[in-house]
Amino acid sequence: MSTVATVGPRTAAGGFDLVRALKEAGLAAFVAFVLFVPLMGFQLVGQEGRLGLVYRPHWVVVGTVTVFLGHLAVSFLRAVRGPARRARGEAGPFARFFTVHARWFGVAAALVAFLLPFTPFGNRYVVDVATTVLIYVMLGWGLNIVVGLAGLLDLGYVAFYAVGAYSYALFAQWFGLGFWEALPIAGVLAALAGILLGFPVLRLRGDYLAIVTLGFGEIIRIVLLNWYDVTNGPDGISGIPRPTFFGLEFKRYSAEGTTFHQFFGIEYSSLHRVVFLYYLILILALITNWFVLRIRRLPIGRAWEALREDEIACKALGINPTNTKLTAFALGAMFGGFAGSFFATRQGFISPESFTFIESATILAIVVLGGMGSQIGVALAALVIVVLPELGREFEQFRMLLFGAAMVGIMVWRPRGLLAFREPTVRLHGRGEGEEAPR
Amino acid sequence: MLEVRDVHTHYGHIEALKGVSLDVRRGEIVTIIGANGAGKTTLLMTICGDPRASAGRILLDGEDITHLPTWEIVRRGVAHAPEGRRIFPRMTVLENLKMGATVDGERHFEEDVEQVFALFPRLRERLHQRGGTLSGGEQQMLAIGRALMARPRLLLLDEPSLGLAPNLVRQIFRAIVEINRTRGLTILLVEQNAYQALRIAHRGYVLATGEVVLQGTGRELLADPEVRAAYLEGGH
Repeated sequence: MSTVATVGPRTAAGGFDLVRALKEAGLAAFVAFVLFVPLMGFQLVGQEGRLGLVYRPHWVVVGTVTVFLGHLAVSFLRAVRGPARRARGEAGPFARFFTVHARWFGVAAALVAFLLPFTPFGNRYVVDVATTVLIYVMLGWGLNIVVGLAGLLDLGYVAFYAVGAYSYALFAQWFGLGFWEALPIAGVLAALAGILLGFPVLRLRGDYLAIVTLGFGEIIRIVLLNWYDVTNGPDGISGIPRPTFFGLEFKRYSAEGTTFHQFFGIEYSSLHRVVFLYYLILILALITNWFVLRIRRLPIGRAWEALREDEIACKALGINPTNTKLTAFALGAMFGGFAGSFFATRQGFISPESFTFIESATILAIVVLGGMGSQIGVALAALVIVVLPELGREFEQFRMLLFGAAMVGIMVWRPRGLLAFREPTVRLHGRGEGEEAPR
Repeated sequence: MLEVRDVHTHYGHIEALKGVSLDVRRGEIVTIIGANGAGKTTLLMTICGDPRASAGRILLDGEDITHLPTWEIVRRGVAHAPEGRRIFPRMTVLENLKMGATVDGERHFEEDVEQVFALFPRLRERLHQRGGTLSGGEQQMLAIGRALMARPRLLLLDEPSLGLAPNLVRQIFRAIVEINRTRGLTILLVEQNAYQALRIAHRGYVLATGEVVLQGTGRELLADPEVRAAYLEGGH
């Protein structure tokens, strides 16, 4: 932890040990060099129908020098600012400010979100990206129940997302159910899948739990891939019906009934549906948030957190760990299922391709990055994870490099997540004991 | 109130308890003393159903609780302050107490919190502090307070003096006596600190390698030459 600003005669003034920093930077540069020679030093190009190699030594040099200087800079910054706070694991002024005023940030963020389509930036692309962000926010909040609150590391969350998506797609295909009718069914089916996963893993924790949940996610995907008669296998399901606005369709013309633009007497625009989908997921996400914030203050929510902290103590206090874990899995899965249904109706087409492990990893990254259990932290993290690669589009092939660098940066400076400060859930009534924030 | 009848407990092939019998009567403080590895904690955990007794019976007010799950036993009025305190480190003192009230619910929460603070005034000052930031003594107070929040009939305490400075040990034991006197709460106390435990206990059992080797009133055991030689040497 405190590698730089430790003891030693040279560290006294300013706490910066130049020799040591140079050595460490040199080592990092060497590792980078070894990696960069094959990764950046050669480029495959097509030459008159054959493959040829182009050598790019300057790329390797630039990369290595960048790593060397970057490492030096990080060492210097750490020495100047000190690792003390990070080592103590306390919330910094930034996180504390954010958390104490979390409600106002939440309200402000929700307001901005509501007004977004009407702002000058609210073009189709922005609204589309914002919709994707909100899907991940909702998934993050759902997984937060399982991972952040109950402390059950789940690497297969995408399974419930898939169950929700396929539930809606299949019910629509076979029984002609609309989005609104299928949504609760999808939630229930996903919750049942959560319980199904929950039972065999009741006794597992940590690494073992992670492995089994990882397997569960793959099982669901492989079933979807191979159960051709039902799921249409790798071809996926297309023509999934779009959601309606109280029965009004978002089309230019409709064979039966009026369409949205006809009813309101406005000119048809394909943007209507995009904006409607955006509001739909915004409301679904806000409901998820409201639900999680409420349940944290109920006995079951507190039991989840207690279970995360110490299972033996929980049993000693009369908490039934079986029910507690199963409800966490079921409710977390339910929100994943809702999000899945939304995903299906937004895309209009789903296939097992959309539900690979990388999705689980992304959602988990959002929860961890957000600070395990912090609602607003999860929202921020989802924004970062989805928008950062979008912003990086101009950098073309360096996009993912930039993304990776940002992730490393966050883990270096905020190793416990963006907002790791936990807000207490119990207060005594009618006692003014110097509380910091009204709630 | 609590009858333990010829209880055996196994960890795999190892027999940790080899037929232990004991009684705890209403309103008593009963202590179990013994060396490391004698099976004291195992006995307490077995009463709570985790691990489960492989043979024998455990009765609470005549009801057989041997095969009930832990949380059911706790719901029948057996509160347990486990070994090593096991407070919830990221939760505040108040939240820890709230978790203790899981069995009792909301009804008496504020009243019971006040009672815990009357017993351990230090905890009031720490109300909104995270459990993990408390000192060892404060954590032990919190562990006992948390167990009391369930309004139990029987309180099981596992080594409350563990790792505490002598003056804190005295403070904790004073509190245990007070709980017993003023509320008439029955207490089963597992201790390595035999001297302190026997001084406050009505009766005691000495456990060695999974068996009860001696029993008697607190005073008898304190005077017993065997007990003195084995557990009270080194002076207190």
